[in-house]
Amino acid sequence: MNTATASRYAAEYQTIAPVLPGQALPWLKALRAEALMAFSAHGFPSPREEEWRYTNVSGIEKKLFSPSLSLTAGDLDSEWLKSYQLEDTWSVVLVNGHFSAELSNLTDLPSTVSVMSMADALVKQPDKVEKYLGTAADQSEHSFIAFNTAWFTDGLFVHVPVKQVLNKPIQLLHIVTGSDAMATTRNIIIADEMAEAKVIETFVGIDNAYLTAAVTEVFVGSNADVTLYKMQSESDKAYHFGGSYIKQARDARFTHHNFAFGGLLARSDIHADLDHASECELNGLYLGVKRQHIDNHTRINHLKPYAISRELYKGVLDDRARGVFQGRVIVAIDAQKTDSQMNNRNLLLSDDAEVDTKPQLEIYADDVKCGHGVTVGQLDEKSIFYLQSRCVDEETARNMLTFAFANEMVDKIKIRSLHDIVLEQVLARFPQEGVNKEWL
Amino acid sequence: MLSIKNLHVSVGDKPILKGINLEIKAGEIHAIMGPNGSGKSTLSHVLSGKGGYTVTEGSATYQGKDLLEMAPEIRAREGVFLAFQYPVEIPGVSNIYLLKAALNSIRKHNGQPEVDAMDFLTLVKDKVRLLEMDEKFLYRAVNEGFSGGEKKRNEILQMAILEPKLCIMDETDSGLDIDALKIVSEGVNSLRSPERAFVMVTHYQRLLDYIKPDFVHVLAHGQIVKSGGADLALELEEKGYSWVEDNQAAA
Repeated sequence: MNTATASRYAAEYQTIAPVLPGQALPWLKALRAEALMAFSAHGFPSPREEEWRYTNVSGIEKKLFSPSLSLTAGDLDSEWLKSYQLEDTWSVVLVNGHFSAELSNLTDLPSTVSVMSMADALVKQPDKVEKYLGTAADQSEHSFIAFNTAWFTDGLFVHVPVKQVLNKPIQLLHIVTGSDAMATTRNIIIADEMAEAKVIETFVGIDNAYLTAAVTEVFVGSNADVTLYKMQSESDKAYHFGGSYIKQARDARFTHHNFAFGGLLARSDIHADLDHASECELNGLYLGVKRQHIDNHTRINHLKPYAISRELYKGVLDDRARGVFQGRVIVAIDAQKTDSQMNNRNLLLSDDAEVDTKPQLEIYADDVKCGHGVTVGQLDEKSIFYLQSRCVDEETARNMLTFAFANEMVDKIKIRSLHDIVLEQVLARFPQEGVNKEWL
Repeated sequence: MLSIKNLHVSVGDKPILKGINLEIKAGEIHAIMGPNGSGKSTLSHVLSGKGGYTVTEGSATYQGKDLLEMAPEIRAREGVFLAFQYPVEIPGVSNIYLLKAALNSIRKHNGQPEVDAMDFLTLVKDKVRLLEMDEKFLYRAVNEGFSGGEKKRNEILQMAILEPKLCIMDETDSGLDIDALKIVSEGVNSLRSPERAFVMVTHYQRLLDYIKPDFVHVLAHGQIVKSGGADLALELEEKGYSWVEDNQAAA
């Protein structure tokens, strides 16, 4: 715990408080005040907390990141932006934590569907925001959530009404440009009964040390189907915290694809609560090079019977990078007939790379099918020989297999344009000879 | 094409092959038969360059070059093809990608430019039809989730596209039902040519009903104990391996 850092942030808070959205809403003001107090008392999470034992955020504490008070999108390179912004989507672009109407695209949105900035939502649909905000992300979970609640400057708000199926994905493009900047954003995605939506979160930044602290709350209604993609390609010097907290109603389906590529230190939370017969699929790929530290923390709460969860996280760690996977599946006493499978596979490419993996099953019901598996290893020698016997030299074979290991997760992406962007990111991080993009 | 002289191979301290002599000329089909543990698979692995084996004595000369000195991929590029007994599943690498990588490696090795994308596709689709495979197989990951028969067919597909000079087939018939065996055999037969040699390592005679060998060699305890024509396989089928093993013991 570092409360000195916390009080520095608390002092800073006074300058930004007047420009934070929703200041006119007493409930939000109270919620923010409560969150600020919780954060001030605690500081950022400490490795002494069980859920943070492998990830030390003291690097964040040493700096004082400053929020930007307004939109500053002037000098963005449009070519660079284009390499991340997907065509044929509705998009909300946040630059340094503020909505840019100019860069976003919200044309031809069906009149019944809401896709807007959080600041907008707090003006146009405050009751709806009040109903959902903070109900999936538990402030007492850890202080990043409190930090986010106190400081969020904007975000994405999505509401898809009953039976509405979106024919285009929604992209949240989250960009940070400033040095020592901080972008604190809060997102809410609501899919009512039988609705369908695909949302893509893209986190990128200019080559600077900055802090992203984003929280996304997802509410999947009964029989609704939500797919959430997250691609985190923050700058090499950046700190990233991104939490996704999901509440699934009866028979709801939720799929998450988490691509964790960037940042000096990055942590993702994906926590889902499952109701009766709901289905949850969590996929993840983390690639670490140099001295990156990439932590993925997942939790699947089977609260009611007959729910199904599938989880596959893969990691590739090279150089002195460190990966962390903590996956917890909790099966409540009422959650009979739960069917759950969790897997974590890691490839270590260097002697100095490290992975800490901790799968946990907590089962309180007695009639369930739950399994988990973890592997940490090098490339399979049999596969290398097979490729060699097909004319491929050893080094290329190794690169090909490394790529293939990661590509299994990339191939799960159903949106072509996103698939290509993620593929580029994977290839850029393992630039060795061996994978000829033209042949893929 | 391939001349094996007094080849001795060990795994660790354990001698497996104890003086193999074999002459294989272009256009010939040689069947190597033998009971389990006779060293059949070791022979095919050593010829294709798999690690874990130590050559303690003897030589293998392929087209005038020392085969045993070459890295596995160089052997492959020089035209040696091993059809695996258990083809390896490679999730994430598509069949067509590997075929292209392999074919272009050979072309580069031979000083030729990369294959034209359209020509390549035409070639591959022709061969896929020949082996009665679904084109979808091309875009699936190498051998992943394939049945035993599909994996073997995929090996023959690779062979048909890479056009090797020396094909070593390790227990190709194992795990094949009769229909798959027919298709695989027809594929192999269509590749027979005066410039190409085959070494078929097999436990059972059944494959040889479909692919008629010119020579049959019986391997036992790391040595070739008997050589003959195609008839030898039939005789073996009738009398069992104990027949040659007993002969060897008597000698």
